Amino acid sequence: MRLRDSNLFKFFIFVLIPLIVLIICGMNSTNYYAGLVHLFGINIILVASLNLVNGFSGMFSMGHAAFMAIGAYASALLTLETNQKMTSMSGLPEWLMNLTLPFPIALLIGGFIASFCALIVGFPVLRFKGHYLAVATIGFIVIVRAVLDNEDQWTNGARGVTGLPNYASTWIIFASAILCLFILHRLLNSAYGRSLIAMRDDYVAAQTLGINLTVCKISSFCISAFMAGVAGGLWGHMQSVISGKFFYIEASFKIVETSIIGGMASLSGAIVGSLIMTFIPELLAPLETGITVFGIQLPELYGASNLILAALLILIIIYRRQGIMGYNEIITDSLFSIKTYTSILKKSEYINLYTILINMPKKLISTFAAASKTDAVKNKKRKERRSKNEKNS
Amino acid sequence: MMDALTYFLSQFVNGVKLGSVYAMVAIGYSMVYGILRLINFAHGDIMTVGVYTILVLTTAFGMPLWVTVIISVIIAVFVGLSAERFAYRPLRSAGEETTLVSSLAVSIFLQNLLVMIFSPQRKAFLLSEQLTELHSFGTIRLSTMNIITFITVIIVLLILSHMIKNTRIGMAMRACSDNMNAAKLMGINITSVIVTAFIIGSALAALSGLMLAGEYKTIDPLMGFVPGLKAFCAAVLGGIGSLSGAVLGGFVLGIAEMLFAGLMPTEFTAYRDAFVFALLILVLLIRPNGILGTKDGGRS
Repeated sequence: MRLRDSNLFKFFIFVLIPLIVLIICGMNSTNYYAGLVHLFGINIILVASLNLVNGFSGMFSMGHAAFMAIGAYASALLTLETNQKMTSMSGLPEWLMNLTLPFPIALLIGGFIASFCALIVGFPVLRFKGHYLAVATIGFIVIVRAVLDNEDQWTNGARGVTGLPNYASTWIIFASAILCLFILHRLLNSAYGRSLIAMRDDYVAAQTLGINLTVCKISSFCISAFMAGVAGGLWGHMQSVISGKFFYIEASFKIVETSIIGGMASLSGAIVGSLIMTFIPELLAPLETGITVFGIQLPELYGASNLILAALLILIIIYRRQGIMGYNEIITDSLFSIKTYTSILKKSEYINLYTILINMPKKLISTFAAASKTDAVKNKKRKERRSKNEKNS
Repeated sequence: MMDALTYFLSQFVNGVKLGSVYAMVAIGYSMVYGILRLINFAHGDIMTVGVYTILVLTTAFGMPLWVTVIISVIIAVFVGLSAERFAYRPLRSAGEETTLVSSLAVSIFLQNLLVMIFSPQRKAFLLSEQLTELHSFGTIRLSTMNIITFITVIIVLLILSHMIKNTRIGMAMRACSDNMNAAKLMGINITSVIVTAFIIGSALAALSGLMLAGEYKTIDPLMGFVPGLKAFCAAVLGGIGSLSGAVLGGFVLGIAEMLFAGLMPTEFTAYRDAFVFALLILVLLIRPNGILGTKDGGRS
């Protein structure tokens, strides 16, 4: 039995440790690092929902930031107090001015509005394929930004909406993230999800099998937009300031980048990608303010972390096109499988894990030894061949 | 009545000015797209690299403009070719989304490289007085730079169309654009064709960067991206893959944008960029192959 098959091990890695981290974050939620963890949770929702469209349905949308913006503004308008709206957004109709909803309901409504916009945009735009769809969705971001920056009476223009109440606690962010992952996981393992995958792999064959491509494309686009809208609302209430410039082309590229690094066709890839793209920039941040390496004072290198991430993206595309996780679903599979949770009650699981861990060093040594042995054999053969060639010539 | 006509005419001329810059960028886009079916997002950023080269050489070394233009073309070609070598060539067998993402990564890379070297602040970019001098033709006023831009676009279009129609490499380019695999089987060296396309595209990007910066008068590391995208819209509008289509699309888009900005009520003028992309979506829906486009599968 291998380590990765042990349910108990999966429980520790994918459930217990994250849970402990989350509990610590939940207790000091004003801490800077807790903020990063919150961002990680939001990124999971964004990237997983983008994966539904880009990785599983075989379309290529780059317009995710636009849906995020719609969700963020909608939930901001629904949660702000009346007097806050009075000062900055005077053009709102009477009923909206006096409406202040609880946060979860506002989030859901934001998601629905984003999803409705996706429906309207999706009908014409999803007819395009490949990079035409990509450019059309980028165009959608530009259009949304223009509306947000210029409809002052609704959105306070380019100054943005400030003073959003900080409702986005660790719990609500990760509850939504887990819920989104669960919904996507169940969807993708249903007939609907399989028809999406069939559409991605060969749309003509899918059509002959009776899959309605238009319905599939638009529905998956709408589901994805709904989750992006929810994530946008969470993001807005975490940052407490939103404006059009946060939801522009760069933001969308970041989501696409994360999705590709993690693996487009995998929900676990969304988690791994978000983990990398949330925390690596943080590790690289000292570069941007100037640090001393081996006694040499580096100058302030603005943009260094983005530069390194772009290079990483190119390398990943070239050497591992399917992303880090590929088609592997180990994280979501073990998160949502009952076996992972029952394993803590079984004695045999503990014994198994113990024997695996005990045998680990021995196994490692033997595999290394075997590897070096085969290498030595190969080298010997190569040398023989070379000497033979030399003799012949 | 007369005033309205003059106003319309001046907006039209402004549109032609902007359109010639778009056309210049769109030709470069079209060159690469025609062969690789790759939207080279990095095209706009190669443009920015060219502009910054000119800025550094003129301010720090005081070189005359024509020398700096030549050097910036060389540097842009170098950047374009390295992007091709390291980011696009290993992906030649991959799908179009993969290369699209790769070009996006190159674009982010170049933007941040420029941010790192030159800081993200805007810088003034002033051309010499001879180039900005205004000439009056009746009520229309044009600077020398505008006239040069317009003439350059026409000359470049003529030279490139001649090249593509009549020379050996042009024939090879047309073959590759028709069917890459068949061209390979006929013994055409695909790599050299693609490299040529990138050389021409990047050189044009550097030239159009100068024109764009002359129009904007300030530059920053992110200036190239949106004009690059708009130029792609222009190329699609005119019929992507065809050079005269790219030029026509550039002019149509420039004129449409300026007329939109000038003739619509003032509260709509801020929607210029949105208008361009809405136009793109509309064109793709109604006439997916553009104004001059020939039939080409896989667009919609």
